[in-house]
Amino acid sequence: MKNFNKVFTVIVLLFLYIPMIVLAVGSFNSGMDIAVFKSFTFDNYKELFRDSVLLPLLLNSVIVALLSSIFATILGTCAALGIHSMGPRLRRFTMGVTNIPLTNPEIVTGVSLALLFAFVGTMMKINNILGFATLLIAHITFNLPYVILSVMPKLKQMDPNLREAALDLGCTPWQAFYKVVIHEITPGIVSGALMAFTMSLDDFVISYFVYGPRFVTLPVEIYNYTKKPLQPKIYALFTLLFAAILIVMVLMNLLQERDAKRSRENRRAFRRGKKVGA
Amino acid sequence: MSKELIRLVNCQMAFDDEIVLDDINLYFNDKEFLTLLGPSGCGKTTTLRIIGGFIKPTGGDVLFDGVRINDVPPHKRKVNTVFQKYALFPHLDVYENVAFGLRLAKLPEEEIDERVTEMLEIVSLKGFENRKVSQLSGGQQQRVAIARALVNRPKVLLLDEPLGALDLRLRKDMQNELKRIQQAMGITFIYVTHDQEEALSMSDTVVVMDKGRIQQIGTPEDIYNEPKNAFVADFIGESNILDGIMLEDRLVKFFGRKFKCVDFGFEKNEPVDVVIRPEDIDIVAPDDGHLCGTVTSVTFKGVHYDTIVDFKGFKWLIQTTDFYEVGSYIGIRLEPEDIHIMHKSEYSGMFGDYSSYSAEYDEMDDPDLYPEDAEESEEASEGGKDEE
Repeated sequence: MKNFNKVFTVIVLLFLYIPMIVLAVGSFNSGMDIAVFKSFTFDNYKELFRDSVLLPLLLNSVIVALLSSIFATILGTCAALGIHSMGPRLRRFTMGVTNIPLTNPEIVTGVSLALLFAFVGTMMKINNILGFATLLIAHITFNLPYVILSVMPKLKQMDPNLREAALDLGCTPWQAFYKVVIHEITPGIVSGALMAFTMSLDDFVISYFVYGPRFVTLPVEIYNYTKKPLQPKIYALFTLLFAAILIVMVLMNLLQERDAKRSRENRRAFRRGKKVGA
Repeated sequence: MSKELIRLVNCQMAFDDEIVLDDINLYFNDKEFLTLLGPSGCGKTTTLRIIGGFIKPTGGDVLFDGVRINDVPPHKRKVNTVFQKYALFPHLDVYENVAFGLRLAKLPEEEIDERVTEMLEIVSLKGFENRKVSQLSGGQQQRVAIARALVNRPKVLLLDEPLGALDLRLRKDMQNELKRIQQAMGITFIYVTHDQEEALSMSDTVVVMDKGRIQQIGTPEDIYNEPKNAFVADFIGESNILDGIMLEDRLVKFFGRKFKCVDFGFEKNEPVDVVIRPEDIDIVAPDDGHLCGTVTSVTFKGVHYDTIVDFKGFKWLIQTTDFYEVGSYIGIRLEPEDIHIMHKSEYSGMFGDYSSYSAEYDEMDDPDLYPEDAEESEEASEGGKDEE
């Protein structure tokens, strides 16, 4: 039975990662055919970095991801603070409303945002409203729930007396936030920001409906590429993207692990105090 | 007594529809050690939080030095709080935790250093300046919390069950320590606890609360010797509480017998509650006794035996240093000053019968049981904490 479990785990992992492995191997293949490994080469990467179309698009994606994750983090943290200070009933309702966009099919979110922008564009008599601004707004919108969801648990875990202690010692509510509360919820804010960044960086479905021809992101353009026969340099690009996101995710997990360790230590210290004393 | 500092006038507090404080009238004198004592959910923490400014009463006024401070936020009040779970700032070391309030007040660096050092000395934490808070034991964290509050030289220090998380031995030490600090600093302490022993041994004044109402205010001796109703008599120490009839001044009838007592001022033939403290009862030979009964259970308690005696179906608790075997037939004598008479109240008949006595009655004070009590749900309903 134990062996079966191990085998099963390996099979699942293979299923999950084989496509990525094929792609990564393909990116180092000197031949054009994905099925035949001719010889090892970095040519595809060289070609990629010489490409004058793809690289600016990558930059576009990074810009949107950075800006949208920054805005979403600020807004989301504020929202989480607000939701946290609500009464339990209202809070549950608000969290429910916040979570719905997460499960909502992306294509529905995309289409509805596009319709909204078209509506606003008509109202304000702007032709071609779709562009950088609409893309950014859309990305902030779908990033918000991720930030709220990762900040909320930190707020819940925090001893509510901490904020009161700060107020008690002379902090204005704003001082209490930036001198005390923010230190407690920073891990949540950081992991929310990282999550938002990765979600935004690789978003295709929603972006596809709200981008304008003046500002295209990488995933949208890559979709156009797939209509033609794929070039090996695209494999190289995908491999790099995968690696980048993998690094961010590992970083996030390490952060969470460190944070969990710290709170375990604090808890142990508190218990030790109860049992043994000074 | 010295001058009045804080006064609560008709204070009411309701969370949603639940009334937590019902018409509280209370004043606090300067330099007084006052304890709010009561079971979980009696409203004592709520009262403290109103004084601290963390919640606004839904009715009534809070006066500080005669000025209404209902709408004054916590950071502008001349009170500081020691929280139940200490609430030290984990990202700061011991020194910076204590210096927190002084830095906010923008005092010069030398004065901050002087006062922090002095305060750490007072709480015997010299040499711990650079420790992280998580590296301290519970008792040490407790003292940092006290130092952090006192260094601001508040007029009033609010303490919310500050010793609740400490073990028994340490708790006793800290009780003496707190009393010493209070006398040395000469400021008002308002102390919240559910531990009656703590309340009696530390306080100048004890306020007994239950169901959001004040049951009795008095010195520890008053509260113990002259409880106003069955709740107070039962909550403070152990009590046998019996139904009686006050025949006339200084004469009460219970168990079909007339007893002389020292109480007066009741109506003729008024039904009353009679309190007899278990340690006041003298056991004698059956022939010399006012009442006779059979011992049904004996528990060794160290200083004394808890002896349960059945008198005509009503069981009494008697604390005696002499051992009487289960089944032995004994008599008791009651002197007039052993008997305390109370008016009937809503609590009559709820306490003071040891028929369901078990030796577990004092396990509520178990230091390992952290009081995750109804007070917490009070906080939850105004948005402090979720249901997890």
